[in-house]
Amino acid sequence: MKAHGRAWKFGNDINTDEIIPARYLNTSDPGELALHCMEDADPDFMKKAKAGDIIVAGKNFGCGSSREHAPISIKAAKISCVIAHSFARIFYRNSINIGLPIIESEEASVDIEQGDEIAVDFDSGIIKNITKNKEYAAKPFPPFMQDIIVKGGLMAKIKAEIAQ
Amino acid sequence: MGMTITEKILAAHAGEEFVEPGELIEARVDLLLGNDITAPIAIKEFKELGINTVFDNEKIALIPDHFTPNKDIKSAEQVKMLRDFAHKFSITHFYDVGRVGVEHALLPELGLVRPGMCIIGADSHTCTYGAFGAFSTGVGSTDMAAAMATGKAWFKVPESIKFIVHGTLQPYVSAKDIILHIIGDVGVDGALYRSMEFVGDTIAELSMEGRMTMANMAIEAGAKNGIFAPDGKTVEYIKSRTNLPYTLYYSDDNAHYAEVREYDATTIEPTVAFPHLPENTKPAREAHIPIDQVVIGSCTNGRIEDLRIAAKILKGHKVHKHVRLLIIPATQEVYKKALQEGLIDIFIEAEAAVSLPTCGPCLGGHMGILAEGERCVATTNRNFVGRMGHPKSEVYLAGPAVAAASAISGKIVHPDELH
Repeated sequence: MKAHGRAWKFGNDINTDEIIPARYLNTSDPGELALHCMEDADPDFMKKAKAGDIIVAGKNFGCGSSREHAPISIKAAKISCVIAHSFARIFYRNSINIGLPIIESEEASVDIEQGDEIAVDFDSGIIKNITKNKEYAAKPFPPFMQDIIVKGGLMAKIKAEIAQ
Repeated sequence: MGMTITEKILAAHAGEEFVEPGELIEARVDLLLGNDITAPIAIKEFKELGINTVFDNEKIALIPDHFTPNKDIKSAEQVKMLRDFAHKFSITHFYDVGRVGVEHALLPELGLVRPGMCIIGADSHTCTYGAFGAFSTGVGSTDMAAAMATGKAWFKVPESIKFIVHGTLQPYVSAKDIILHIIGDVGVDGALYRSMEFVGDTIAELSMEGRMTMANMAIEAGAKNGIFAPDGKTVEYIKSRTNLPYTLYYSDDNAHYAEVREYDATTIEPTVAFPHLPENTKPAREAHIPIDQVVIGSCTNGRIEDLRIAAKILKGHKVHKHVRLLIIPATQEVYKKALQEGLIDIFIEAEAAVSLPTCGPCLGGHMGILAEGERCVATTNRNFVGRMGHPKSEVYLAGPAVAAASAISGKIVHPDELH
């Protein structure tokens, strides 16, 4: 699995209310949620971001509520990957479960600048900054989570188990 | 090496003698819950599995509390999904308007939360139930869907941090001030992925309501769960609510902690968390920020003890003419008790608005949304950008005493500044 796009930088402690404000939670339709992705962190984000672009954030990305609407809105907005120094635990879990590619790297989080062209190889865990001609190593997923990712998310894994 | 209370509960539910931090386990869950925002996604995913039964219809709670009574057509459709699903799968614990309350206040009242249980909820404040010596953590809708089918969830066994709090609390200082003080100290990711275990003589003195307030906000430090060892108060509460069995677990003396932090409760002041993170704490005495609205309620501080604290301060006073005070009893039982004790009279005399149980304004849903530039003191748990309305509004988190005193004063104050 690979991701390739321009970086959009965000700071520390970006919470799920900023990713998808509660005023839009009267629906769970991914397309509708995507329209408001990151709205309270950057009101113009969806006007500027293109399919394939990458969110690069600091510590504790996705803190706050358990709303799966947050990773769903990012995935439906066609963001190809979120790179952060660290992720809040429920957001981390939800992203793995729904198949939103996320990756942790302190170095990448600090060094990547707004607009840098980034390529991520999830198999090797290498994040390439094409603009700066640099490489960063990401923290690999434990095999248990790799398995969920490879099977296409938690529900796909359970479906396969039920079928057996 | 010994185990912590969290490790013991997880080991028991994974069918293991021993587990240690970092280990990935699959655990049986005794109770799982979802609300009108998170359950619709779980229900859709569950339906896609194409199976016609849930793992146990008595261990699933569907609690439409966020945008209820239905605030608009879309919300009504979401709640209807829960109602129809509950009917189709004979879900015992579905509570509609008139019976429903804020989930984390309601489930303990119903006796559904007991010591030693392993609980997951598609709501981040599911960590509240750690107050009863249960392992309880927030997950997403997909985890909820999976557990509705299998009765299981995967966990990484968390490391534990021990928080020792000792000494007598000062007047007007409550559990909310202790937890705000701790979050102010460790930060919003200070306990990321970890378990927060609360011990000490101050903690032993807290009521079950106070312990729920503290466990509730463990997530605001990034924690997986907050937990309290059960004691006589726990057992008394449980026995008054249910005859169902429970198991008491305690941390071993030689259990391992990643960190141990000590606090002197006598120095904790009535505390306020400034926008836009719960870690931005200051003593209320130094705040003096003019405000437009006050909200007393939520899964953090909407219980009878909280309303009693607020009523004691509001009695004989009027809410400041530039302030709207909203009081939201967290459940029907809390509402009824407040009526019987004359608290509602005091609130109405003070010119506060009393609402029916709902999460309402806490997450900017309805029933008290803020306009641009408005400031609110809330006994809720989050003060993120736009949390209660306009992205340029502000939320200041506090306990019920500071909230009530600030409503009278028109600015954030320490309650003793009213005299």
